[in-house]
Amino acid sequence: MIQIKLFPEVGSFAENKDLAKTLRLKKIIPALKKKQEVTLDFEKVDSATQSFIHALISDLIRTYGADVLDRIRFKNCSETIKTIIKIVTDYMQESE
Amino acid sequence: MKIHLPNSAFLGNIDSFLRGFDESKSNKLELTANKKWIAIHPVVLSMIAALSLSVNPKSISCEKFEAKSKHYLQRMGLFNFLKIKPEMSITEHEAAGRFIPLTQIKNSTGLTAFITDMVPLLHLKPKQAEPIKYIVSELVRNVLEHAESPHGAILAAQYYEKSNTIRIGIADTGLGIKTTINQSYNTKTDLEAIQLALTPGVTGTTQKEGGTEQNAGAGLFFIKSIANVNRDYFMIYSGRAMYKLLKRRPDVKTIKLQADPFNDRHSKNENLPFWRGTIVGIDISLDETNEFSMLLNLIRTTYSKAIRERKEAKHKHPIFI
Repeated sequence: MIQIKLFPEVGSFAENKDLAKTLRLKKIIPALKKKQEVTLDFEKVDSATQSFIHALISDLIRTYGADVLDRIRFKNCSETIKTIIKIVTDYMQESE
Repeated sequence: MKIHLPNSAFLGNIDSFLRGFDESKSNKLELTANKKWIAIHPVVLSMIAALSLSVNPKSISCEKFEAKSKHYLQRMGLFNFLKIKPEMSITEHEAAGRFIPLTQIKNSTGLTAFITDMVPLLHLKPKQAEPIKYIVSELVRNVLEHAESPHGAILAAQYYEKSNTIRIGIADTGLGIKTTINQSYNTKTDLEAIQLALTPGVTGTTQKEGGTEQNAGAGLFFIKSIANVNRDYFMIYSGRAMYKLLKRRPDVKTIKLQADPFNDRHSKNENLPFWRGTIVGIDISLDETNEFSMLLNLIRTTYSKAIRERKEAKHKHPIFI
């Protein structure tokens, strides 16, 4: 199990897609490749844009299938962040 | 190019201002103004500032402003963009003046810094700040990623006490929506391209549902939805076309988001002077700021339904004889 704290990387408003991509490529994907589970900890992150969450997780769903969601935990999410994650996971699965 | 600053140009009545924009002689910019009073939406300032960056400063002419409200233009930083010294002394307003002067954002780092500084400048409470930060981030990132404008995005915002609204304008002189959308689609007109750009799940980067790893084609739909839920104006102008989301009528209590922007209460025009790039103006009422997560839940429902319907439309149907 690997835990990734987002606040030190992206601040309280997660909107920078470049940072999302870096997190995905440098931390999340290597952990998944090692068959580890990943916890994305949103503590102190108040809000996020759909673009940020899309850049963070959409390609994981496309590459590994929706089952990848069984291997990722979203921790300490605000209501806004929870809803945006649900929007992205919904439309990525609808698109499969 | 010629622009005349009228007595009044806000999103509700902006059509006549846009029609008056003279796009000819694109290597020159001539600015004139109403002599008595100028009351304009920040999107008008963003347009002028964006144009001023696309011409040689020596080719910018601006008549001497006589209207009392010329101080507003100075305070918003317009003359800095025009590289013209205003012939007036400026009385500094209180530091609490709730506005964001014209700002040029050219990269991702600049955007992140801008959003951090923006909230204290507009004196927003956290609940009010959430949709505004969201809108600015998504709109400016659209410009930085898709517009290929050498000058980035030009943005200004202002708080209006009487209506208790924040009004935001963002302009670029990049590729424009039709060119961007047509990298994956084949739209014939600027208006058709705007319609697609506002549809959830449509991006110029791919025709694939779900988009690419970096783009889903959701940003403009989210922003139109925020305006719709809050009963606010939203205007987008690119090429020769303009789409304007009109305020929801006060007697219509049920909030219904539409995947097709033409099913919303709107106005449109596709015979305007040509704007090379894209302009977005939006008003956000601070009275009506609903819980952002409630709004997102509405978006979630509409978004999923739109994708399902698009997939169903592509289904092969059995032939019964």
